[in-house]
Amino acid sequence: MLEVKAGDEASFELLLQRYRTPVVNFLNRMVRNQATAEDLAQEVFLRVYRSREKYAPSAKFTTWLFRIATNLALNSIRDYRHHQLDVSIDVSADEDEGRTFELRAREKNIDQQMLENDRATAIRRAVDALPDKQRAAVLLHKYEEMDYAQISKVLDCTESALKSLLFRAYETLRVQLAPLAGFAAAQTAAGVPLPVSELGKGRTS
Amino acid sequence: MNCEPISKLLIPFVDGRADMKERGRVENHLQDCAACRARVEQYRTVWTILDEQPAVEPSFGFDARLRARMAAEPRSRWFGWMVPSPRLAFSTALLIALSAWISMMPPAQPNYQASLQPEKEFQMIKDLRVLENYDVVSDFDALSEMPATVPGDPGATNPANDGQQQPQGTGTM
Repeated sequence: MLEVKAGDEASFELLLQRYRTPVVNFLNRMVRNQATAEDLAQEVFLRVYRSREKYAPSAKFTTWLFRIATNLALNSIRDYRHHQLDVSIDVSADEDEGRTFELRAREKNIDQQMLENDRATAIRRAVDALPDKQRAAVLLHKYEEMDYAQISKVLDCTESALKSLLFRAYETLRVQLAPLAGFAAAQTAAGVPLPVSELGKGRTS
Repeated sequence: MNCEPISKLLIPFVDGRADMKERGRVENHLQDCAACRARVEQYRTVWTILDEQPAVEPSFGFDARLRARMAAEPRSRWFGWMVPSPRLAFSTALLIALSAWISMMPPAQPNYQASLQPEKEFQMIKDLRVLENYDVVSDFDALSEMPATVPGDPGATNPANDGQQQPQGTGTM
């Protein structure tokens, strides 16, 4: 990035070649739509290009890059939800439950060409169902293989908060993906994952 | 068994990013807790399952579209450093205007108050009753021992006192 800062266009090309696929994949998993993900990825690289002269190597380049990508993705999701809410209010005043619209919107954006019983779809549904910040944490942790310090900088939280976030996310995934994994995940009658603290109760070592 | 303090360490344990101390704590706990052992195995399975999610490749026109957008961006030029930013340009213009305005102003009037001061002192000395003939006594040595205080002028200082205060004043400098 320092070479890009010095005006080396070829270095920017190298950055693009190296990071465009991870950025597009991350954004695709965040916004659940490849066309939108590519638009956002272009915006990410344009912002990098625009601010190349102001770049200060205080953080790792990937941290900076994915922080831009995460913020753009979260803004896009928020704007999309607001838009969906506006549309649904216009269509029917009776349907005022935000969750209903959110689920419908999500279902619409998951790859409609795949069959319901497709394993990949089931995995994607489980990841998509995570709250936005938990999903971003899992994607950066699992697919970008970032360390905790980096992810906490990208998500602007402490490492301790990040570990809690990841624990809650993987706990949800553990329950949601239990049928695929072939194990019976411990959960409450309501389907809520059982806290780890509950698991050890009544047991003696 | 209290699994709560260990729960947040299970993911770092599974992904191999826990430090030695955390790893030791988890391993000690897992020796005695079958539930957490099972949970760790399930996390490992979930971790593997997530690998099945396919990755996408950017579409064919991605690079071309990006290059077109980059080409539309204003480019930095070699003489870019000479092009002032709006704030700098405004500040410079303001400074030049202020300098021009000051230079166009009429020259400052002499300080009449300051120039009148010696005349006033001269008049005061001349009016002293003891100085009947000012020209004669002006070089008289005893004059220097005369108090310069004018009755009714509290702001005036006593030369004798000044003489005493001088060392004190210079001492503080």
